[in-house]
Amino acid sequence: MTNKDWPLYEVFIRAKSGLSHRHAGSVHAADDEMALDHARDVYTRRNEGVSIWVVKSSSIVASDPEESAAFFEPAKDKIYRHPTFYEIPDGVENI
Amino acid sequence: MMKKEDALLAYTLRLGDNALIIAQRLIELVTHGPELEEEMANANFALDYLGQARMFYSYAGELEGEGRKEDEFAFMRAEQEFRNFLLLEQPNGHFGDTIARSVMFEVFYLMQLEALVDCADERLAEIAARAAKEIRYHLRHDSQWLIRLGDGTEESHEKIQSSVAELWRFTGELFAGDEIDEIMRAEFSGPDLESIQAAWRESIAAILAEATLQMPDDQWMDKGGRTGRHSEHFGPLIAEMQYMQRSYPGLDW
Repeated sequence: MTNKDWPLYEVFIRAKSGLSHRHAGSVHAADDEMALDHARDVYTRRNEGVSIWVVKSSSIVASDPEESAAFFEPAKDKIYRHPTFYEIPDGVENI
Repeated sequence: MMKKEDALLAYTLRLGDNALIIAQRLIELVTHGPELEEEMANANFALDYLGQARMFYSYAGELEGEGRKEDEFAFMRAEQEFRNFLLLEQPNGHFGDTIARSVMFEVFYLMQLEALVDCADERLAEIAARAAKEIRYHLRHDSQWLIRLGDGTEESHEKIQSSVAELWRFTGELFAGDEIDEIMRAEFSGPDLESIQAAWRESIAAILAEATLQMPDDQWMDKGGRTGRHSEHFGPLIAEMQYMQRSYPGLDW
């Protein structure tokens, strides 16, 4: 019997309408449909979601931690890019 | 002629028995899943069935009106009093056997539930509507597996083909209606087994074709579940299932 490991998929769940999908975790699956089933069975058992995305982990392009200085440091001292000078009215949710 | 109230009660108990017995078989597999994710799926399915059994038994208790509750139906009845299909009590075998058994039953069960959604008994219709949602997902999951195994490797193809062939003789019973089914259809606008049989064959044929599997030839069909004559596998199944309540009657936790 061949015993090849199933590929890994990353799972993104939308908790309710209006919110965006968030990374929930990962599952192993032999194909895309199975990945969707597994994500549903593992991550939405307690009514956590209204929509699921799965994507092969190998399809995700990630930034390299070694390059984090080049990637992220320059933003640190650009305080004027943060909208911290505005007051957010009460009652505005999900920002 | 049986009274229609008695037929409704008997029919509801059969639905409960079917759900309970397949739940018990799937529960046997808990902690034996081939992968963590399949383990979760199987346990979820077992719980879905158990929940359905509870709803059917609760309602049966109310219909009967003698104070019997879910636990008494599940744990205090003897082997011959259960009216589940023989198909459902068949051993889990290997993963393919379990999948083939589920697909054959779920195609039927989903059609039965969808028909019951429109039946004249309001409570049964409500339970059926809820259960149908769960079974629709089970069937999606299990039929995908059947297709994957059939259209998979040479070994998986051979194994699942023989699972289908082995279990085929238990499928005739699904459509072998009796007086109770007849009263349900006539008095409560319940399922019409003849049209379900035709639809079942069509649906199973489509799944098997996609799985590159042969549909077994017509053959002698086993039956007995509807009259309480069970296969040799049933005794050990309920012995294990009923052990706690038999040893400690009324035990609660």
